[in-house]
Amino acid sequence: MTAKGQGRTAFAYLAPALLVLGGLLAYPIYQLVLISLYDYGQEQVSGGAPLEFLGLGNYQKLLGDQQFWTVFGQTVAFAAVCVVGTLLVGASLAILATRVRTWVRMTLFLAALGAWSTPAVAGSTIWLFLFDANFGFVNEVLGIQGFSWTFDKWTAFGLVAAQVIWCSFPFVMVTLFAGIKAIPGEVLEAAALDGASAFRTAWSVTLPLLKPIILVVTIQSIIWDFKVFTQIYVMTNGGGIAGRNLVLNVYAYQQAFAASEYGLGAAIGVVMTVLLLGITMFYLRALKKSGEVL
Amino acid sequence: MRRWLTEGFVLIIAAVVAFPLFWMVLSAFKPEDEIISADPVPWTTRPTLDSFTRALTVANFGRYFMNSIIVALIVVALSILISFLAATALTRFRFRSRTTLLIMLLVVQMVPVEALTVPLFFLMRSVGDSVPVFGLNHLGSLVLVHLAFSLPFAIWMLRGFVAAVPVELEEAATLDGASRLRFLWQVLFPLVAPGLVATSVLSFIHAWNDFLFAKTFIISAVENQTLPLALQVFVKPDQNDWGAIMAGSTLMTIPVLIFFVLVQRRLVSGLAGAVKG
Repeated sequence: MTAKGQGRTAFAYLAPALLVLGGLLAYPIYQLVLISLYDYGQEQVSGGAPLEFLGLGNYQKLLGDQQFWTVFGQTVAFAAVCVVGTLLVGASLAILATRVRTWVRMTLFLAALGAWSTPAVAGSTIWLFLFDANFGFVNEVLGIQGFSWTFDKWTAFGLVAAQVIWCSFPFVMVTLFAGIKAIPGEVLEAAALDGASAFRTAWSVTLPLLKPIILVVTIQSIIWDFKVFTQIYVMTNGGGIAGRNLVLNVYAYQQAFAASEYGLGAAIGVVMTVLLLGITMFYLRALKKSGEVL
Repeated sequence: MRRWLTEGFVLIIAAVVAFPLFWMVLSAFKPEDEIISADPVPWTTRPTLDSFTRALTVANFGRYFMNSIIVALIVVALSILISFLAATALTRFRFRSRTTLLIMLLVVQMVPVEALTVPLFFLMRSVGDSVPVFGLNHLGSLVLVHLAFSLPFAIWMLRGFVAAVPVELEEAATLDGASRLRFLWQVLFPLVAPGLVATSVLSFIHAWNDFLFAKTFIISAVENQTLPLALQVFVKPDQNDWGAIMAGSTLMTIPVLIFFVLVQRRLVSGLAGAVKG
């Protein structure tokens, strides 16, 4: 086939995908930026007031707002706790899984698979019920009936973080386990023959070999945990009492759809997108460094 | 001895990890007085289907279950079709802007779709003015957005599977007189089916689990809600119907669980392939 013919057929095959992605992903991204530059409230939406171009006004308002910075800090801290927790739990269990018999490992993986596959909404409500102040099993076991986990700001964040870790550690565990298993036995034998201790082997042989995988799961976790929405929304009932459990995603939703400040909500969305794209760039560079090619 | 300790520890962890799911299923079968009891016990002697009945009748859960299934299945079907064609184009053909497209596919996966609720809300609103089925308050709007969200990853992942099919096979098929379309659907398509399974499961789960967009788009049409929203019907400020909530959660989790167990091996190897590019 001629080069031109190839291009034409390729384009025909690509057309549906380009149509969907262009209309429902690229165009909305452009719109997101556009809306964030306007004063776009209930009145503008219903046509009662003219659109007013603000330029960077929404961003100025946002950056000057104390609540934004509080929410921003909370988001970063919350994501950090979730990422560290997920990686620690996932990595420890992946290592433990290499040291047990198959049926024990399968039991662990099956349980993890269950946690992994539970829909976020269902998982959140189950955890809420388990930790319910009066009818929850956890309070019964701990003997603290009547204690509300979701009332206090920090216990509420802690509970949500625990739920997030519960449903996201399986990915880390399974991936790292596969990575450890993929290390050739000869490499480890050679290290042992050279007289390396178990710790030394883990630190100087296994860890460097796993680095690309660790990098992938870390960045993936950062990206996921930075944009948690469902768990916070469901478990703290829309961001906690007086919005003290808000994270950026929920904050953007509340600004846009509860307060009808669509321009402001879009601006928060832009800030999040830029942050995550920054992390992604870092991810791609790291991948390139570790020898992966596109 | 040390191995026994390790194994015992791992089994305890497994039990802790599985406990929330066990508790969900158990509570779904408990009679109401055992659920609203100050001393909940991890067993029941009087299992009952009351909670399921309540979920299915009072909250019309069956209807929402069907809505969720419809959205997820249409998304999967369309995503298979579109991503297969696109992946073939990106692997089998050389053309200008191919690399650009690939990089864009990768970057677009990193855009937090949650940030797009505002523009998508207005987009669906205007789409609804001309084509109501795809507008706000209709399932079509959810199909559209989840299709768009699932495509980049599906295409990206399928690329590897298409590339794994030897080019000689296509040449042989052409020599045998098979047309391009025939080769595409009767030779290539079955060969990349394993990859399609993995991506389909992910698309299904994404659409099935979505809470944010269902909440944003389906504002007033109660009959078009999906499961994640319907579950919230039982959540009341002062008195939650925990039995029905757990029954609903069980109904919502089971399809995903079945899918996961069926394809877990493929999923993991597929994901590893996708990570490696």
